[in-house]
Amino acid sequence: MKYKAYESRKIILRGVVILISIIFVIRLFYVQLIDERYVLSANNNVLRYVTQYPARGLVYDRNGELLIYNEAAYDLMVIPRLVRKIDTLEFCRIVGITKEEFIQKMDKARKYSSHKESVFEPQITKESYGYIEEKLYKYPGFYVQSRTLRKYPHATAAHSLGYIGEVSPTEIEKNPYYKMGDYIGKSGIEKAYETELRGVKGLKIRMVDVFNREKGSYLEGKYDTAAVSGNDITMTVDLKLQEYGELLMKNKRGSIVAIEPATGEILALISSPSYDPNLLVGRIRKQNYPMLEADTVKPLFNRALLAMYPPGSTFKLAGALIGLQEGVISPESRFSCNGVTSLPIKCSHNHYSPLALREAIQESCNPYFWGVFRAVIDNPRYGSTQKSFEKWREYLLSFNFGRTFESDLSVERSGNVPASEYYDKYFGKNRWRSMTIRSLSIGQGELLITPLQMANMMAIIANKGYYYDPHIVKTIERENGTETKRPKKRITLIEPRHFQPVIDGMYLVYNGDRGTARWYRDDTILMCGKTGTVQNPHGKDHSVFMAFAPLDDPKIAIAVVVENAGFGSTYAAPIATLMMKKYLQGEFEVPPYEQRILESNLIGR
Amino acid sequence: MQTLDWTVVFVYLGMIIFGWINIYAAVYNEEHQSIFDITQNYGKQMIWIATSILLALIILSFDAKFFSVFAYLIYAAILLSLIVVLIFGKEVAGSRSWIEIGSFGLQPAEFMKFGTGLALAKFLSDTNYDLKDFRQLMKAFVIIAIPVLMIELQNDTGTALVFVTFSFVFYRQGMPGTILFIGVGILILFFLTLLINNLILIGILALLAGVIIFQINRTPKNIITILFILLFSIVFVFSVDYAFNNVLKPHQQTRVNVLLGKETDMLGAGYNVHQSLIAIGSGGFAGKGFLNGTQTKYNFVPEQSTDFIFCTVGEEWGFIGSIVVVAAFAFLLVRLINMAERQRSAFSRIYGYAVFSIIFFHFTVNIGMTLGLFPVIGIPLPFFSYGGSSLWAFTTLLFVFLRLDAERLNIL
Repeated sequence: MKYKAYESRKIILRGVVILISIIFVIRLFYVQLIDERYVLSANNNVLRYVTQYPARGLVYDRNGELLIYNEAAYDLMVIPRLVRKIDTLEFCRIVGITKEEFIQKMDKARKYSSHKESVFEPQITKESYGYIEEKLYKYPGFYVQSRTLRKYPHATAAHSLGYIGEVSPTEIEKNPYYKMGDYIGKSGIEKAYETELRGVKGLKIRMVDVFNREKGSYLEGKYDTAAVSGNDITMTVDLKLQEYGELLMKNKRGSIVAIEPATGEILALISSPSYDPNLLVGRIRKQNYPMLEADTVKPLFNRALLAMYPPGSTFKLAGALIGLQEGVISPESRFSCNGVTSLPIKCSHNHYSPLALREAIQESCNPYFWGVFRAVIDNPRYGSTQKSFEKWREYLLSFNFGRTFESDLSVERSGNVPASEYYDKYFGKNRWRSMTIRSLSIGQGELLITPLQMANMMAIIANKGYYYDPHIVKTIERENGTETKRPKKRITLIEPRHFQPVIDGMYLVYNGDRGTARWYRDDTILMCGKTGTVQNPHGKDHSVFMAFAPLDDPKIAIAVVVENAGFGSTYAAPIATLMMKKYLQGEFEVPPYEQRILESNLIGR
Repeated sequence: MQTLDWTVVFVYLGMIIFGWINIYAAVYNEEHQSIFDITQNYGKQMIWIATSILLALIILSFDAKFFSVFAYLIYAAILLSLIVVLIFGKEVAGSRSWIEIGSFGLQPAEFMKFGTGLALAKFLSDTNYDLKDFRQLMKAFVIIAIPVLMIELQNDTGTALVFVTFSFVFYRQGMPGTILFIGVGILILFFLTLLINNLILIGILALLAGVIIFQINRTPKNIITILFILLFSIVFVFSVDYAFNNVLKPHQQTRVNVLLGKETDMLGAGYNVHQSLIAIGSGGFAGKGFLNGTQTKYNFVPEQSTDFIFCTVGEEWGFIGSIVVVAAFAFLLVRLINMAERQRSAFSRIYGYAVFSIIFFHFTVNIGMTLGLFPVIGIPLPFFSYGGSSLWAFTTLLFVFLRLDAERLNIL
């Protein structure tokens, strides 16, 4: 029985068994009860969070014409972590990409996140969708996500509608709602009304096996949420007017802004040259965007909101209103004019002298408005040039010159109304007089105004002293009813009684024998307008015209700028006239000058 | 029959049935919902279980002496089948270890453990045998070495490694404990070599030797012994380093590296262990419930019905279920020790320890592997894993011992 000597070793062996078992229990305790990573990884393994993309809200014009709708599209998505060794060549053939593109796309997706999904190939065609879907089980980590594309049935108002594009990394960082590959409004109302239009994404949780094959919904869809469609939007824009304006502005650089004075609703917002918004949708966007961006006529640039011009002679209306309000002139005040020999500003129009206010507007007499300006700035009441200048400036700010509107437009520039500090700096304190800044009197110099501000100026005159912030969206269809946008009424510093003589003058511009727009006089509608011929450093003068109609109950206020087109009366005035007729009459007897406008090409291509 | 150890029989039955349920859960698919569907692994396992029980009954009907008398013959017969496999066997996943009988495949290597245990018991129970005699010890080693060599030739390193476990038998039989101690020491040094820069490791070893010399009774003999051990360690470190880089195959290097935390290739060798941990870890306290395990059911864990069956237990039955399984094994193993100790014949006792050692090794390495504590060595979890050969082999292994144990009172 010699082995008895070693019997005690059974205790050690038992101990080893117990020790190993305890180690296992501790390890199990840690892995199953303490470390939460594994639960997470298990979910990542088996659960696919499939985003349910809501249909983006539709967009209509003010008369209910559809401007933007959706079309189904399919994105090929990838979760890099799940991608196994696959037959790359076959895969590339199915998707229709090269091997280099494949590598590049995978790198991009990995760079974003290896465990989150990103778009591998956006907007594959319906045909390849069917084909890919069938073969997808072979390619773990890939799946197809359906979403919608924007479609524009009328190819108009590109700037106002804007476009949507893939969300950028910075936008994702700012707003966690968005994920890589999501679409977001990048400009126009798509941007300004992004939260209304986008709707609410839904989520379906699916279980998949190791080959990424769907195995049904998770917990019978207990945690699934349905997508909520975006809200439909009705714009203030009139499709017919917008299209007509774009037609008139074809082959010209410039813009048209038309506003309904009683509401501030923008009836047309035209920036020319424009582009077909369908060019920036889907896969073709990739080629088209850089092409549009590189175009020398800048079709992507929204001139109506972003271009700033000296207002030229159209500014004389503001000058007159300030003079009347300040009491330094009356409608009967006269200033002498010596025509081309006038000092310090000559007059390009040949007329008798001296004129009273109405005729001065009709004839756009420079020396007259220089006189008005001098009377305001040199008004002894304020004690100094600087103080009276600031007063003058206050009036302009009340017209919202030099400021942006509280509006729903996605982009806008403020223009420029120089402050007295500017001249102090430029000329030295108390070293400048009305004479020094005389070009302001005829809307030149440092004064810069956007076409939107010009149109708003017209609305102010049409309303005799107030305006509503111009806006582009009329109503939003919400689940709980329709919201109508009603911006605040804003009152200028000019009393209503001072507007009549100015309006009379504007009436004469069309209807007076010597009016600067007398060639476009219309017997069916009484129109009021003011021409502007704006000197600028970019070549030929800009042709500018501001108008409203009809005289007794203004329904439309409009500003037209045609860059480098010469006199205000040559291009801007007839375009504005045609626009007003179009809006007020719909079908109208086409005046002979329309042909000239349609045929003229000022871009030279 | 009243002397049959029914406790072990019930534990055995409990394990194979729970194993069967887990195989069902692991490979469950909706098209084949019946657990009796023999086109699926669980249906097949049912056949293996039925035949195993039949096998157990046959073994129990044998005369106990049969096994000691024919121990060498059984050993030789299984060894022969290993040679047959090497020549005529079918290659599966790089290993030539399957023999085909009709549509069934058998792995003789699984039965070799049993045969070797039997032969070893026979050899060591010889009254003339003395483990302190080096030549005798070598002979015993040869009994183990031949099958190991054959199995290694089949390219089945996992199974070959199992034979290391017989050192427990030797230990119990009186092999000096220092050998086991040195073995463990070498293992630790082996891992340190792979983990730490060799020169730093040698520096640490030299420092350690210095400290020990400073602490102990500084007789010339002691100092020489320690310096000799140090020299041996240094040579060992360099040879391990060489062997690791030049002898091990790349996939074996990767496995070791993943285990040591030097590599985190989640799609390669680390994938199995990582997915296994995810499955077990996501089970939580009470598990996801029968058939609700998503990781195992949807095939995220490879080899889930065979080597990684414990994942299904961990995922669907949670901490509770896992503990029950670990405790059942611990209970069985301790019971096997106790049973071996109560044998009056040396043959039965040594064989009992062989059974214990084999099951212990499988238990430790298999669960250790699924828990990420050991490298991935593809050996099954006894009584749980899917597979006819292993179930038959473990049944034979266990029931031969139960047959011997039932006879214990008849031996004087």
